[in-house]
Amino acid sequence: MATVTSKNAYGRPAHGDGAADDVSMKTLEDAPLVAGNLSFHDITEMVSVHTEKKTPAAWFLAFSLALTGLGILGIAVAFLVFNGPGVWGLNNPVFWGWAIVNFVWWVGIGHAGTLISAVLFLFRQKWRTSINRAAEAMTLFAVVCALLFPTFHVGRVWVIYYTLPIPNQMAMWPNFKSPLLWDVFAVSIYGTVSLLFWYVGLIPDLGTLRDRAVRQGRMLRAKILGFLSLGWTGSNRHWRHYERAYLILAGLATPLVLSVHSVVSFDFAVSLVPGWHTTIFPPYFVAGAIFSGFAMVVTLLVISRKVYGLENLITIDHLEKMNIVILVTGSIVGFAYITEFFIAWYSGVEYERFAFLNRATGPYFWAYWTMMTCNLIFPQLFWVKKFRRSIPIMFAISITTNIGMWFERFVIVVSSLHRDFLPSSWDYYSPTLWDVLTYVGSFGLFATLFLLFLRFVPMVAIAEIKGVLPQADPHFYSHGDGHGDGHGVEGPSIAEPAGVNPMQASSAG
Amino acid sequence: MALLLPKPIRTALETRANEHVGLLAEFSDPGALHDAVVDLRKRGYTRLDTFSPFPIHGMDRAMGLPYSKLAFLVFVGGVVGLLAGAALQWWTSAVDYPINISNKPLFAIEASVPIMFELTILFASLTAVGVMLAFNGLPKPYNPLFYSDRFGRATDDAFFLHVGEADPTFGRATTASDLFGLGALAVEYVDHAGATDLSATGEPIVLEPVAGPTGTTTAFVEVTDLSAAPVAPVTPPHTGGQI
Repeated sequence: MATVTSKNAYGRPAHGDGAADDVSMKTLEDAPLVAGNLSFHDITEMVSVHTEKKTPAAWFLAFSLALTGLGILGIAVAFLVFNGPGVWGLNNPVFWGWAIVNFVWWVGIGHAGTLISAVLFLFRQKWRTSINRAAEAMTLFAVVCALLFPTFHVGRVWVIYYTLPIPNQMAMWPNFKSPLLWDVFAVSIYGTVSLLFWYVGLIPDLGTLRDRAVRQGRMLRAKILGFLSLGWTGSNRHWRHYERAYLILAGLATPLVLSVHSVVSFDFAVSLVPGWHTTIFPPYFVAGAIFSGFAMVVTLLVISRKVYGLENLITIDHLEKMNIVILVTGSIVGFAYITEFFIAWYSGVEYERFAFLNRATGPYFWAYWTMMTCNLIFPQLFWVKKFRRSIPIMFAISITTNIGMWFERFVIVVSSLHRDFLPSSWDYYSPTLWDVLTYVGSFGLFATLFLLFLRFVPMVAIAEIKGVLPQADPHFYSHGDGHGDGHGVEGPSIAEPAGVNPMQASSAG
Repeated sequence: MALLLPKPIRTALETRANEHVGLLAEFSDPGALHDAVVDLRKRGYTRLDTFSPFPIHGMDRAMGLPYSKLAFLVFVGGVVGLLAGAALQWWTSAVDYPINISNKPLFAIEASVPIMFELTILFASLTAVGVMLAFNGLPKPYNPLFYSDRFGRATDDAFFLHVGEADPTFGRATTASDLFGLGALAVEYVDHAGATDLSATGEPIVLEPVAGPTGTTTAFVEVTDLSAAPVAPVTPPHTGGQI
């Protein structure tokens, strides 16, 4: 990375060794990725200590709230299983109510983590190292919450294994031509691959925690971490395969993350219901998923960086970049809303026209306009740099975004279904208490898992963030004037490492 | 228990456990470590490894490591997943229990693409992780390097260079001398009995009374014969706390 300007965009001196360099070349990544001149050990300390210290009282308070939510979920699900999905507010045309809305909403949120880890990794966006661990954890937990809803929506949850190609007593196989079955594969494989990616990223950090536990004399902790870290030593012969595997996983997860919400959108788009049967759905769903996922990451990180004192690792620059992604994807989503409307009119299909006019002006107009306001209008505030860098504003917009995205799914599911082809079956859908409790309870599940994560797992990728520090580059230590020119340290028989900036090399004295 | 394993596997496990018997030197920073590796390779060492809290840019090249062959195996895994996805859908829907649904073809590629794609990704990802662990010999619960107290900081902020005893150029005293000469902060000899800190004076130390002339460098080279002695059978001591 060529950091050769004397000042970065925010007026702070540039990091690294090129501060006084005469080449005035401005790079996109000016601001230091980690603030506060931290050493390697500082970073280890800063992140690890939260998993090692005595559990703070505030954590227990938050955890008891989360467990209350989890308890509510348990009651709501038990009531559902004993009585059947009739306890939900579903009726004849609206067979998919809050359960599917919540499923799509949680899966959408679950997109940010893998997008940050995989797509931004492939694009060499080094700022992701500060946030990817927490975002991936959020992804995993959101996918768990999402899977809950269709699992219990099937009614007879004890035969949920019918959805998997497992030989059963009826000797029948799942219908592989159904998008619903594609969804089973897409979401569960997404969860599996995200877990693998997350765990592979964790191995070096678990090794760090293990070695710290040994030094602290906490042998039980060391044994558990020793088991989980698989005997990691940080050997370069291991890093070589490890980095290759990580890159490949990122490459595999990138099409996967784009496919998951595409497949979710097939649940709708492959049907013939006006308002669902549109080709715009896959890209529109993916953009919406990234939009809501990034919003959820901002919500969580704004809180946890403050609580855990990680402002130097998760800097305002990181949050600003997240807000830019929210702005871009929010605009794509807004554009898709308008396109849908236009195409409904342009198609000349009476049912399509009715479906869309009914969305905006029918019985569910309030949901439609909540969606439009939250998703199309509020994120546009992020065009202003001051708002992008304001914690209260980004927190508020991250919340409204997720409200808006929940209403988007509500509009798609309910407003398309409640006016069926047969006017005699038209009906108004309202959720029951059990719908609400299940949804509230899913937050309890999410919060429980996330709090356990914050307590026991390093919430920032320690090894990765050390790797992006300027002092992690061997050339940082080159003898002489301190300019990392890449020459002189190696014998003539060793070839020049790839990627040395020729401008920098030639400018070095 | 180990005796129940077939001999080739036992041999492989012993080789694996012995791989990290040798000298472990700590260096101050990634730059010094990189330079030391380059230098040692010029002196003919081959069984080198470095340990660092993060991957060091350019170290693979400095160590002369070839390109990881992982990607090819992942590709194979992906192809297997793709074919498995096609075979699963074809066999279940068109062969084992054909059902006519809306008069759609019993098997068609178009409707099979999503699951073929998903299984490709699943198989390739599992292969990537499995092969990475296999290539790295992980999980590896016992590693003599963990006897070194210093080594615990390899996952924090310390940088280590290891020269394996199996290296033909290895000599306990000469190599230690080489390492100190390259600026090592400390050098330890690590084997299955534990870690021995060698003096940090920069001079090779006499490990055992050596018959013959002393006081010259060649005498210390004789010490290498000790390390060339047959390696003790691998009996991991499993002392408490050495994870």
